[in-house]
Amino acid sequence: MTGTSARLGFVLLLAPAALWLTLLIVIPHIDLFLVSLRERIGVGQYTTSFANYGTFLDEPLYLMTFARTAIMSVLATALTLLIGFPVAYYIAKLARGRTRSVLFLLCLVPFWVSELVRTFGWMILLRETGLVSSLLQWAGLAAGPVELLYNDAAIMVGLVYTSMLFMVVPLITTLDSLDDAVIEAGYDLGGSAPSILREIVIPHAMPGIVSGCIVVFMLSLGNYLTPIMLGGKDSLWFTELIYSQFILRFNWELGAAFGFVLLLLSSVIVWGTLRLTGQTLRETMG
Amino acid sequence: MTTAPKHLKLTVAATALLALAQPAAADTLRLLTWGGYAPEGVIEMFEAETGHTVEVTLSNNEEMIAKLRATGGGGFDLAQPSQDRIAGPQEEFGIYKPMDLSRIDAAQFIPSMLEATKDNTTVGGEVYGVPHVWGTSGLVLDTAKAGMVADYTDLCAPEVAGQVSYRLRRPTLIGFAFAMGMDPFAAYGDEAAYAEILEQVESKLIECKPNVKTYWGGGDELMNLVRSGEVVAAMAWDTGGWKLNEDNPDVTFVAPASGALGWVDTFVLPAKGQADDAAYAWINFVMQPEVAAMITEVAGNFTASKGADEFAPDALKAKYQASFTPEALDNIKWYPPVPAGLEAIEGGVLDRVKAAN
Repeated sequence: MTGTSARLGFVLLLAPAALWLTLLIVIPHIDLFLVSLRERIGVGQYTTSFANYGTFLDEPLYLMTFARTAIMSVLATALTLLIGFPVAYYIAKLARGRTRSVLFLLCLVPFWVSELVRTFGWMILLRETGLVSSLLQWAGLAAGPVELLYNDAAIMVGLVYTSMLFMVVPLITTLDSLDDAVIEAGYDLGGSAPSILREIVIPHAMPGIVSGCIVVFMLSLGNYLTPIMLGGKDSLWFTELIYSQFILRFNWELGAAFGFVLLLLSSVIVWGTLRLTGQTLRETMG
Repeated sequence: MTTAPKHLKLTVAATALLALAQPAAADTLRLLTWGGYAPEGVIEMFEAETGHTVEVTLSNNEEMIAKLRATGGGGFDLAQPSQDRIAGPQEEFGIYKPMDLSRIDAAQFIPSMLEATKDNTTVGGEVYGVPHVWGTSGLVLDTAKAGMVADYTDLCAPEVAGQVSYRLRRPTLIGFAFAMGMDPFAAYGDEAAYAEILEQVESKLIECKPNVKTYWGGGDELMNLVRSGEVVAAMAWDTGGWKLNEDNPDVTFVAPASGALGWVDTFVLPAKGQADDAAYAWINFVMQPEVAAMITEVAGNFTASKGADEFAPDALKAKYQASFTPEALDNIKWYPPVPAGLEAIEGGVLDRVKAAN
C-alpha cells in the first residue's frame, strides 16, 4: 500500500515536468526534425531527403558563420569568466554583511530591464553621436566623431554584459562552500597567493566554473538581439541565419535543418569541453 | 434559494437567443496590418458604427506570410500584404481565401488600381486581393550633403563613404538591378536569367559594402540614423523621407533616376478567418474618402480610395509633388507578383553580401 502511494506521489510530482518537456520540447523538436527532412521540388511539392543538411555542408558561408558564432561565443565565455571570477571571489570571500548583499544586488540590477532595453543602452553609449564618442572629443582624445558600434568588439561587450550574472551566481555558490580555513592552511604551509589560487581555489570552484561556462556559452550561441543590434552590417550570427530562413525566405525546411545543426554542434562542443577539462555533467550539476 | 437557478437559466437562455438572433452583430476583427494603417480614431469610428471590435497586430510582409503559414491561414480575419506577395504564397502554402467581390463597394476604389490589383492577385481564376495603400521606395537624401546622389548606384560613391544605409532585403536587390541598367522584373519568369542578374548585383553590393554604415532593419532605426546626421543617403520609403523633412528641410525623398519602386498593400482574407462580415465591413468602411484621408494622414501614404486626395493634408500633397515630377511618376516600377521560389535565390545573395568583408 505504501509502495503504490509513494509511486503515485512520484508520478504526480513528475507529471508537470514531464508534460512540460514532452509538449514544449520533445514534440516540437520531432516536428521540426521532420520539417528539416523535407526538400522542396516544386510549387507546394516536397519529398523526404537530407538535401537541407547537404546545403549546410556545401555552402562555405553557412559553415563559416557557424564557426564564427562558436568562436566568438567561446571568447565571450572566457572573457566573462575572467571578469566574473574576481567579482565572485570578492563577493563570496571578502565582502561581509551589508556590502555583500549590495554587491550581489548590483550584479542583479541590470537584469530587471529587458534585454532589448539593455542593448539600446549600449547603442546610445557607443554610436557615432553617442556619449562615449562625445566624451572622447571633449577630452581632446579624438579629433572627430568615433564610431564604436557595428563591429565585433561591440558584439563582445554586449555578450559579456548580458551573460555576466549567469557566471557570477554559480561561482559565488561554489566559492561560498570553500572553508576559509583551507585557504589559511595553504598560507601556513608556505603557499603564495598564485599557488593557492591554482591549487586550492580553482579546483574547488571547478564545478561552478564549468556550469557557469556552459550556461554563458549556450546563451551567447543562441543570442539573437545583441549581435544583430550591436554588430550591424557585420554581425553574421548563426541565429540570424535561422531567423532569416524562417521569416524572410519562407524556407522553413532549411531553417529547421540549421536549428538542428546548431543543437547538435553546440552539444558536441559542450561535451568536448567537459571531456577536455575532465569534468562530468553529474559533478557539474551537483 | 430555488429561484436563483431559474434566474440563471433564464439569463443563459436569453443570452443564447440574443447570440442566435444576431450572429454577425458583434464580431471581433483580428487585423494583421502595418503601422499607421489602422489609426485609433478610425477604429473608434468603425466600432461605434458597426458594433464590431478590432484587434490590431502590426507586422510586415514577410512576418505576415510566416504567421499565416504557421497556422495554415488562421489566427487573423484580415491581412494586408503587398500585392506582389499574394499569388506566390497562395500557390505554395494556400493561406488565403478568395474575395467575394460582390461584397465590396467597387465604386469607392480608383478603377485602374482596383483592376491592376485584381489581375496581380488572381490565382486559378479567383481574385484574392483588393488594393488599400500604395507608395514607393527610393532615396532619402540630405540634399545639402549628398546632393550628388541621383540613383541607387551613387550610394557607392566615395563622396558619401561611411554615411550610407540601406536594407539588406529584396527591394535593394531590385533597385540596384534597375540602376545598373537591367530589368529584373522581366526576368521573373526565368530563374536562370534572374540568378544571372542577381549575381551582378551581388558583386556590386559587396564592392559597395565599405561605404555602408549599417544595414537598417526597422523604420525607427533609419530615422535615428538620419536625424543624428550619421547617415546622409539611404534607400527607404517615401513616407520616411517626408517625415524626416518635417524636422530637417534639407532631408527629403528623391525618386531615383532609374525609377522609384512602387508597391500596393492590399486587403486579403486569411484562409481560416472567422469574421468575414467584419472584414468586408472594415474594407468598405476605410475606403470611404474621408476615412481613407485619415489613414493617409497617419501612415503618410496615399490610398486607392477614389476622391480621398481632396481630404488629404496639403503639406503632404506638396511634398509628394516635390518628390515626383510627372516623368518620375510615369517611371515608377510597380512590383509584379513574385513567383514562388525566387526568394531562395535572393536569400543566398543577401546572405553572401552580409557575410562579405
